[in-house]
Amino acid sequence: MTVDIDDTGGVPVARIKGEVDLKTSPRVRKALLDVLKKRDTLIVDLSNVDYIDSSGVASLVEAYQTARKAGGQVSLAAVSQPALRVLQLARLDQVLPIRDSIESASAEIAE
Amino acid sequence: MAEPVITVDALTTHYGAQCVLRDINLAVAEGEILVIMGGSGSGKSTLLYHLLGLLEPTEGAIRILGMDINRCSNRELEDVRRHTGVAFQGGALFSSLSVGDNIRLPLEEHTGLDRSTIDIMVRMKLEVVELAGREHLMPSQLSGGMVKRAALARAVVMDPRLLFCDEPSAGLDPVVAAGIDDLILKLREALGMSIVVVTHELESAFKIADRIVVLDQGAILASGSPAELRAHPSDKLQRLFNRQPEIPDFDADAYLHRLMGDAVP
Repeated sequence: MTVDIDDTGGVPVARIKGEVDLKTSPRVRKALLDVLKKRDTLIVDLSNVDYIDSSGVASLVEAYQTARKAGGQVSLAAVSQPALRVLQLARLDQVLPIRDSIESASAEIAE
Repeated sequence: MAEPVITVDALTTHYGAQCVLRDINLAVAEGEILVIMGGSGSGKSTLLYHLLGLLEPTEGAIRILGMDINRCSNRELEDVRRHTGVAFQGGALFSSLSVGDNIRLPLEEHTGLDRSTIDIMVRMKLEVVELAGREHLMPSQLSGGMVKRAALARAVVMDPRLLFCDEPSAGLDPVVAAGIDDLILKLREALGMSIVVVTHELESAFKIADRIVVLDQGAILASGSPAELRAHPSDKLQRLFNRQPEIPDFDADAYLHRLMGDAVP
């Protein structure tokens, strides 16, 4: 599992790739919260997530809540089907902003 | 083709001279729901205890998640158990812990996750089993259906690959039981886990199973999809399904004797 942070311009993007589980989710959590120490907006690209468990989803929720408290925004972009199923199970698809693409998430945050 | 999540190969078990399981062969595929059915004394609970690694077979082998659970090392068995969730019949909740603390226990025992992550995971699972906002209740304050739901939440809190449910809808009224069935289907759909359900509830078995194994007197009487079992029920299977509970003849004298001890002549 890898988390690449692209903070070269505009809204920062965290690209998560691979399987997010009990072993790897602490790295996801740390990477997302580290970005949010410096920035108040973040797009999380979930297009290459093959599997995410509840600890991974909990990390996304925590990042979202951290950004909101700071008056910012975390959006999920291009959510893969396995990730979407887990979000739907906990009805988090109705809570977390989910956008089709990084571009649409970015445009929305820029408004 | 992927290796089955569970393979039981020629499992036979004796308690002393009595054969309680005889030549059991079965497999559970990834994402499959297998229901083990049978009446009292059929051997279904004994089979479950073997699958949980709590009993040693006399003969045969059980492979779970690629491990021969009766021959692997303790460390390998521990790894299998980390990927396995169990919802016990009575719930087996710790009465001195709140619902939330019961559910968080496996995460605190087996992971090094931050408390904030664990808190969110526990609340997510409570949401899934429709017990949101009830994490502070004690088990004694829950209804029968809520206990079953809390037990399921604890069983899946680590997102196991394999879930065992022992009589998940036993003792519940039909509406609440149907809700538990729906919850089991929802968990499989979202998390893709394989699920083994042990039950004597016919309606529930036919609703949730991909495949049913019917045990009778320690042996497999029939197995197949619900549609296959409906289409080709053997005479013995039909008798089993239609069997009425056996009520022993009432012996008033013996009853009085039991009540009064030896005082009755």
